[in-house]
Amino acid sequence: MGEFRMPSLGADMDAGTLAAWRVKPGDLVARGAVVADVETDKGVVEVEIWEGGVIDALVVAPGTKVPVGTVLATLRPSGSEAVVASPPATAAAPARVLASPSAKQLARDRGVDIALVRGTGPHGAITREDVERAADSAPSVTPSAPPPAIAPVAMSARVAPPDGAAMRRAIAAAMTRSKREIPHYYLSAELDVEAAQRWLLAHNAGRSVTERVLFAALLLKATALAALEVPEVNGWYVEGAYQPASAVHLGVAISMRSGGLIAPALRDAQARSLDATQAALRDLVARVRAGRLRSSELTDATLTVTSLGEAGVDSVFGVIYPPQVALVGFGRVGERPRASGGMLGVRSVVTATLSADHRVSDGHRGAVFLRAIETLLQQPEKL
Amino acid sequence: MTTSASPAPAVEAPTREHALSLLRSMVRVRRFEEKCAEQYAAGKIRGFLHLCIGEEAIAAGVMGLLAPGDAIVSTYREHGHALARGLSMDAVMAEMFGKLEGCSHGRGGSMHLFDVSRRFYGGNAIVAGGIPLALGLALADKVGGRPGVTACLFGDGAVAEGEFHESMNLAALWKLPVLFVCENNGYAMGTALARHQSQTNLAMKAQGYAMEATRVDGMDVLEVEAATRHALAHVRSGAGPWLLEFVTYRFRAHSAYDAERYRTKGEVTEWRKRDPIALFCHRAVEQGWLAADDLTLLEREADDEIAAAVAFAEAGTLEPTADLARHVYAEGSP
Amino acid sequence: MTQGVAPARKTTYREAVRAALREALQRDPRVLLMGEEVGAYGGSYACSLGLLEEFGPDRVRDTPLSESAFVGMGIGAAMGGLRPIVEIMTVNFSLLALDQLLNNAATLRHMSGGQVGVPLVVRMATGAGKQVAAQHSHSLENFYAHIPGLKVLAPATLEDARGMLWTALEDPDPVILFEHTMLYGLEGELAADAGPVPIDRAAVRRPGKDVTLVAYGGTVGKAMDAARALAEQRVDAEVIDLRTLRPLDDATLLASVAKTHRAVVVDEGWRTGGLAGEICARLAERAFYDLDAPLARVCTAEVPIPYAKHLEDAALPQVEGIVQAALGAVARHG
Repeated sequence: MGEFRMPSLGADMDAGTLAAWRVKPGDLVARGAVVADVETDKGVVEVEIWEGGVIDALVVAPGTKVPVGTVLATLRPSGSEAVVASPPATAAAPARVLASPSAKQLARDRGVDIALVRGTGPHGAITREDVERAADSAPSVTPSAPPPAIAPVAMSARVAPPDGAAMRRAIAAAMTRSKREIPHYYLSAELDVEAAQRWLLAHNAGRSVTERVLFAALLLKATALAALEVPEVNGWYVEGAYQPASAVHLGVAISMRSGGLIAPALRDAQARSLDATQAALRDLVARVRAGRLRSSELTDATLTVTSLGEAGVDSVFGVIYPPQVALVGFGRVGERPRASGGMLGVRSVVTATLSADHRVSDGHRGAVFLRAIETLLQQPEKL
Repeated sequence: MTTSASPAPAVEAPTREHALSLLRSMVRVRRFEEKCAEQYAAGKIRGFLHLCIGEEAIAAGVMGLLAPGDAIVSTYREHGHALARGLSMDAVMAEMFGKLEGCSHGRGGSMHLFDVSRRFYGGNAIVAGGIPLALGLALADKVGGRPGVTACLFGDGAVAEGEFHESMNLAALWKLPVLFVCENNGYAMGTALARHQSQTNLAMKAQGYAMEATRVDGMDVLEVEAATRHALAHVRSGAGPWLLEFVTYRFRAHSAYDAERYRTKGEVTEWRKRDPIALFCHRAVEQGWLAADDLTLLEREADDEIAAAVAFAEAGTLEPTADLARHVYAEGSP
Repeated sequence: MTQGVAPARKTTYREAVRAALREALQRDPRVLLMGEEVGAYGGSYACSLGLLEEFGPDRVRDTPLSESAFVGMGIGAAMGGLRPIVEIMTVNFSLLALDQLLNNAATLRHMSGGQVGVPLVVRMATGAGKQVAAQHSHSLENFYAHIPGLKVLAPATLEDARGMLWTALEDPDPVILFEHTMLYGLEGELAADAGPVPIDRAAVRRPGKDVTLVAYGGTVGKAMDAARALAEQRVDAEVIDLRTLRPLDDATLLASVAKTHRAVVVDEGWRTGGLAGEICARLAERAFYDLDAPLARVCTAEVPIPYAKHLEDAALPQVEGIVQAALGAVARHG
């Protein structure tokens, strides 16, 4: 018997309100499926489940606020009958879907959710035949196919952004903790982005507005790649020890129309092309504004980037979002006189700042990191 | 030197031309191998490098008497045999440099020199592993009605292997045209002969197989020649194989460099007094077969050839790794 | 490659091998048959009965019990231009010649940079089932199939016993033929004009759609029996006879598994480090997304083969075990 608990969606979250259920008892759910909406101080978040199975019972009713860790629902392995008695004390084994490689391939080809198929093969594994049978009777066995793009009307009232006061309180808690616990140091460098600007102009030429890559995407990608070179800025400081991350999930600070700030993760930023980065950024902003973030996006960031250039700011010295250990700020992009080789010229520049945790890195490594961003921006075609 | 089974044939005085040819052959091998040691120290040659310095009289004496139709199966200490057989020095040096222009295209190295056009069927690096091959080559010649003899070279260490005894028996039984040439340098790697053989007169082994054999001073190139000429005539006549045991000594390490803990410096010094090149030179000048400055001239000639071979090897090409899988099966084979 | 159109006649596997040997000796004067007991005795499995009388002692040669020497001699003879067929009485004794097969037959072409080919055919009996206990019952095909430079065949039918030898003799590289001792008495029909067959591909001995049974040599018949038993349970098994163990015919295996999605590999070798494991690995690597059930192996129990009949039977792959493994793969337990 498995349990689905109130997740912790941020360092500052200790309780959440179950806004709505996306599943009902008896539904088959696959690992990674969105099963509930949870309202936090930062908004309504779609919450995934990390264990597959059949929903046995919904324990917490919508609208209830419970502490992190509270059991919200129970689930049983797929294929088993509902358990009436109270759950046994032993922890449930993860209900990994047992399916042959060939069945999985066929399911992918035919768009069948393998988690919903009943297996009849060796050890109850799902076989090709099982997938074929499921595909032929598809409409009756797809209770949790991809979630609808727009939340059902009945839930819309609860998907509203949190009130300004609540978000203010959350930011206050996180930033206070940060300033209390993290010994910050700050660096600033003016980066030459002439080449990047010129390349971007050519790259966007002939593209429609929605296809264009924004300069912010270049800064994000360069930051992600630079973070691979200086792992001391990309990771979490947890329980007195630094854990560097292997992938770069960039927390992108996005201000909300209703006031307040949220920094969901742009996952695997180091591996995305510029076009993909741009698309992900656009998607992230849209969902922040619609209040439709996923829980993992709120908790996964390994390094935060904030850009206040559009607000007319030259440079920004930010406060690190724990348990992260660094924050990169970008100011306004503008033309400034620059001396180079004894000559004075006008170049596009941007001021990059780094707020970093002195427990993990020092100014020298921080400087290496900022310099790496600038170097990467000199060859924008390679980003 | 002592003989065991057959009487030692008489040594005849060589002509000037022949004496020059014997000395040239030995000097080429000596100078070539000294250059190999130098190139090994410089890192140009890698892997194992078994030098035959001190044993050149056997290479010069035996190879010089073989006909183009005869075949040779040798061991991993085969540079001397290869050069004396007429393999191109350029190709041998390039092989040691691992180059495509090497006589085995860089696939074999020092221990596996091949040249089928000269019926030189390789250095074989499994002790005694080449002996049965020699039987097969001899059988092919015999069955094919060709007059070829296969010279099969091996060291005293091989005499301890089963393959030696199996092959001695079979070659004698079938009267195969094999000339067994044992280069007894007193050590199987680092184990002295008396520490690995109950009967240290290796020519005696032939008696058990009803085979003819001679034990010969391997430091005297004229003795080597005389014994080989005699044995070869017997084998070529179809009367069956012959075992020649040449008593010799290697002046250098087993392979490239070793600590030589298994023998004394004094022993090496004693044997160096019987250096086959010095021995022959001294006698040839004394007897008037050669002039006093012939050695210097031959050394200079060899040095020029060796310098050219090193340059050739240096300039050689490395086979592309894309061709790695070549020569596992015949080209065009699935 | 000829295909039988002439009327079939009753014969045995042993007679088919003998017919192939006779044809080879008749067709090519370079062919000779060598080995223990191949002549006067007529072959320890009677495969060469009458050949000494027919072809004489130069073509059919009894050798001493010197596996290393006569296999090495075969290698040398092949290098020298002959097309020897060397018979090693059984795979068990081939270990005494493993040095020659691995260090010479398989390497000479490569380490000579392509100069030296070894067109040798080695035949040997293999396998268990005759209550000859632990030292005479090995199945070591995998040892040889492991070695680049060799080709390894396992004729399992009368056609292959008759036809593989000539194709192997025409191959420029060393070929090893494994004849399972239990097959010599196999009776069946063979076209009167049966001739050479290809040696580079597996054969589908029985088409089916539910599960692939992979077998070779002595287990092909057992796999066929298992397929018949499975058919009674409405499981349609495809039987693949590997025929060539090196190089393996991946294409036939992959095509079959793409159709059946399930495979059971039957191998008289021990499971650990065996050929069955190699085949499973290839299927896992290249047919992973075709697989609808875990791969299964039916191998010999990991014990030296015992003498007592019931224990020997229990140690070896049997029809019932193959049936059960196949039913397991199709998730039906009988």
